[in-house]
Parts: sequence; C-alpha cells; structure tokens
Amino acid sequence: MSAITRDEVAHLARLSRLALSDDELDHYATQLDDIIAAVARVAEVAAQDVPPSSHALPLANVFRADEVRSSLTPQQALSGAPAVEDDRFRVPRILGEEA
Amino acid sequence: MSLTRKSAAELGRLIASGETSAVEVAQAHLDRITSVEPKVKAFLHVDAETTLRQAREVDDRIARGEALGPLAGVPIAHKDVFTTVDMPTTAGSRILAGWRPPYDATITRRLREAGLVFLGKANMDEFAMGSSTENSAYGPTGNPWDVSRVAGGSSGGSAAAVAAYEAPLSTGTDTGGSIRQPAAVTGIVGMKPTYGGSSRYGVIAFASSLDTPGPFARNVLDAALLHEAFSGHDPYDATSIDAPVPPVVEAARQGDVAGLRVGVVKEFGGEGYQPGVVARFHETVEVLESLGAKVVEVSCPSFGYALPAYYLIAPSECSSNLARFDAMRYGMRVGDDGTRSAEEVMALTRAAGFGPEVKRRIMLGTYALSSGYYDAYYGQAQKVRTLIARDFEAAFHQVDVLISPTTPTTAFPIGERVDDPMAMYLADLCTIPTNLAGNAAISVPCGLADEDGLPVGLQIMAPVLGDDRCYRVGAAVERALAERWGGDLLSKAPAL
Repeated sequence: MSAITRDEVAHLARLSRLALSDDELDHYATQLDDIIAAVARVAEVAAQDVPPSSHALPLANVFRADEVRSSLTPQQALSGAPAVEDDRFRVPRILGEEA
Repeated sequence: MSLTRKSAAELGRLIASGETSAVEVAQAHLDRITSVEPKVKAFLHVDAETTLRQAREVDDRIARGEALGPLAGVPIAHKDVFTTVDMPTTAGSRILAGWRPPYDATITRRLREAGLVFLGKANMDEFAMGSSTENSAYGPTGNPWDVSRVAGGSSGGSAAAVAAYEAPLSTGTDTGGSIRQPAAVTGIVGMKPTYGGSSRYGVIAFASSLDTPGPFARNVLDAALLHEAFSGHDPYDATSIDAPVPPVVEAARQGDVAGLRVGVVKEFGGEGYQPGVVARFHETVEVLESLGAKVVEVSCPSFGYALPAYYLIAPSECSSNLARFDAMRYGMRVGDDGTRSAEEVMALTRAAGFGPEVKRRIMLGTYALSSGYYDAYYGQAQKVRTLIARDFEAAFHQVDVLISPTTPTTAFPIGERVDDPMAMYLADLCTIPTNLAGNAAISVPCGLADEDGLPVGLQIMAPVLGDDRCYRVGAAVERALAERWGGDLLSKAPAL
C-alpha cells in the first residue's frame, strides 16, 4: 500500500504554493512515497513517555531593551523588490474579484 | 612555495610583518581561481575588482597601525548562503538570481572587520539542501581529487575551493553534515560548532533549529583561527549563546590526547560502509591509542533513528522558512500579467524558482506538519530527537569525545544518486545526530581509501560548548598522520 496518493501530493503542492505540472506530480508522488515509507521508521521507537524537543539546547525567551536603532532605509528595503511604486512594494491583486 | 600553498596562519604572519601584502596574496589566489575554476567550478561569483579593493583597504589599515586579528589580509570564500552587501547572494537558487542583499551577515561583517578579504561566493546545494552540490541551480562542483566526482554538500563549493588551493579558508553551514561531509570527501578540515556558538543572522535559513555556520581550512589550526574570528555572542540571533568562545585556538596548538577518553560509536559501521573507509578509521583509532588516548566502544542506540527523524524535522522547518519566498519583496516574480492574483503569481514563481529537491522537502515538511499526521511524524521525530540528545549525554559521562567515520563512503560520481533521494540522504548518516543534539563535531582527513584512492574523514564529536576538544583531538591526529605520510593529505592529490 502506498503511503501517499497522487491526489494528496496535489493537495500538498497547493498548500505549498507550488504550481506543478501533471508530470511533476507523478514524479513527486513516487519519490515522496519512498521517502515517507523510510521516515515512518520513527514509529518503531517506543517514546510514549519521552518529551519532544523542538530545539537542541534548553533556551529561555530572550528579551532586549526596546530602543530605537538604525535600520534599513526604504530604498535599501525596496532594493530587491520585483516591482516598486511610490516607495512601496507593488504586488498583484490580493482579492478574488476586482472591486 | 607559492602563496596559494601556504596556510592561513602563515599568510597572516607574512602580511603582518610586511613580507607580502594583502593585495599580493589576493592576486595570487585570483590567478589560481582563473586557472583551475573551469574544472572545479567551486564559485558562483568572483569579482576581482571588489576583492582587490578590499585587499587594498586592509593593506591601508595595516599601514595605519590598526590592530587587526591574526587573519588580517587572508583571503576567504563564503558559501553563497551568507549575505554580503558587495556581492550577490543566491543560496544556489534561481529564485534569488542576482539578488544583492541590503545587509551583511554577522559572520561576514565580523570577518570584514578582522581584515579578511573576500574572494567570492561558493557554490552550494540550493538552500543548503543536499549532500553533493548537484542541487545547485547553477550546476555541480567537481571534487579537486577527481572532478567527475562530487565535492560533497551542501557546502561543496566552499570545500572544493579550499582543497583546490583557490582559497586558504572558507565558510559553510552544517544542518545535517553540510560542512563535515564535504570536508571529508575533499580531504580537508571542516567544523560544525556548537549550535548557537556561531551566528545565524544573515544566513539564509533552511532549518533554524539545526543550521550552524562553521569554518573550512586545510589544517586544524587555520580552522580554529577562523572559528575564533567569527564566533561570540550576537544579539541579532536570538539563539546565540551568551558565553565565552571555547579555547579552540589553544586546543589546536596543543593537540595533546594523553589520558583522553575516546568512545567509538558502535552503531556507525557494518553494512553500507565502504571497506577503505572502515580500514582508515580503524588505523586512526590505533594512532589515538599510540598517542595515549584510552579508546572504548560506546553504544548510542537511538542514533539508528536519527536519519528518519532528521528527514521529518528539517523538511518541516524548511517548509515554514521557505514560505518567505513569495515573489513580493525580493527575488524572482513570474506570471504577473496584471490579471493573475498574488497567490497564482506566488505558485508560478515558486514552481519556476525552486529546484526538485527543494520542492520535495517543502512538500514533505508540509505533509509532516499536516493535521492528522503531525503526531505520528513531526511529534514522534521530536521525541526521537530527545532520545538522541540523551544518548549523547550518557556517552559523554563515559568518554570525553566520540569518534566515527564522517561519511560511510568516499566521494561518489556526479549523477549517481541525483534521482535517488534516499541513497543521497545516506551520505549524512553519521553526521546528523550531532545536529539534532546541538553539540560540536569536526571532520579531519585520515587517509585515502585503498579501492579508489579518495579521501576519508574522521569525525570527532564533543559535548555542547566542548568545541575545543574537537580541535585538540583533530590536531593530534593531524600531526601523527602527517609524520606517517611525510606531509599533509592534500599533497597527495593529483595536479589539477
């Protein structure tokens, strides 16, 4: 039995904002199936009572003083933008229908 | 001896004493790059004008009597994942082609201040995902020992540049072995510091709980000098450790292992390990014993589950980190024809801008974090991570350092594993546990495999903030083996 179906991979591609072709979906479905079968081995470990680690080292929240510091100028911040208008990032429409 | 064959420490001394200049040293390395780069392809960006301008500035600073560090005027190559204001930064991805960062990474800024001269940006697997540098959008790097083979990865360009004498030093990042594995297969030294010991600020993120910048060099002392030059607490990185830098340079100079307790990890060996790798490893164990180290076998039973746990945790973090590549603020934008929505443009851009391995990992991570699968995959992997850290903790009660081969095999041919992700992932079998637990580990050359004549690496793992032990043991092995070989391992590499 496969660990993941082609439809599930198509759903993952949508969630991941990746516009994949049908050929790519076929290819990734096979590869992800192999990979998921291999990584599912973690289930063999008896770990009911083990706490999860999200991080390698024990870390507490780090705070700093709320002081004004120098930061990027608008020109620097916009320097790599694909499109700029009036000192702002210009983006494609974000609503479903034109107003 | 040509300037490109000298160690970083010696170049620093010669520049400080005025016997040579930063400009002369930079020019010698730029010439070497011009001559061997068509074969090695270690660099994504070289700009002689910028390099020589930096070198002139350092010469001026030295002439003014400014107190710079021991590496002032020494050239360095940076993995293209570190932001640099005067050079493009792409992370090996098409999505960032030509991007000029508006700020320097903490590590690049500190190295500028210490007077190092930047030769350029080194090739890498896209967003540091890979073990061969074949996932670079700009083509693979060749291993200087045999350019038809991989230089390892993800920091393959950084390792190849140093092994090919194009640079005496380079920076890399290690998320699952991406410094140690390329160092091992190119016959040089590569160090993964304790997590939080080197700043991640301005290092394009892959898996934030694992990513660790570190040094490459041709010898242990040079690696320690670079380690010390860029380390120390960084308020711009919330996971940076606010503690003194371990005495790595002193340890590298000392290299004394008499009485040191050394543990051989029982779980790393057997099926899948190349005979020549195993043979060189066993010889090195004997060398350590002859130097007075007490070697015992240590069992770390959870290490066998490190690889599957890693390939759940790292992709999960990457799927979240790479969401920032949304075609809005920087990088590539595709399909913005005035009719498409932002979401459509985003999906088209990401499909065009990311390569296959990055897409695989983003989808795998999205899967592992999905409702319904989270506990079984990501949650379980995090528990395995705890068990691996406990294995290390128990082992370091018995011994001072742990050792293993760095990689199960020597450098494999370019193309061999590119369509078989699981085979590729095995290259990091021995290096991954250290990333999950956050402790320190180094790879130093320990010989050539009989069957293919290619370099083998010894991995030395130390506890959290025990980075100096890696250098101490590395220096001892380096010294003993150089005596046996009558020089360093790289001197046996065929001419390019």
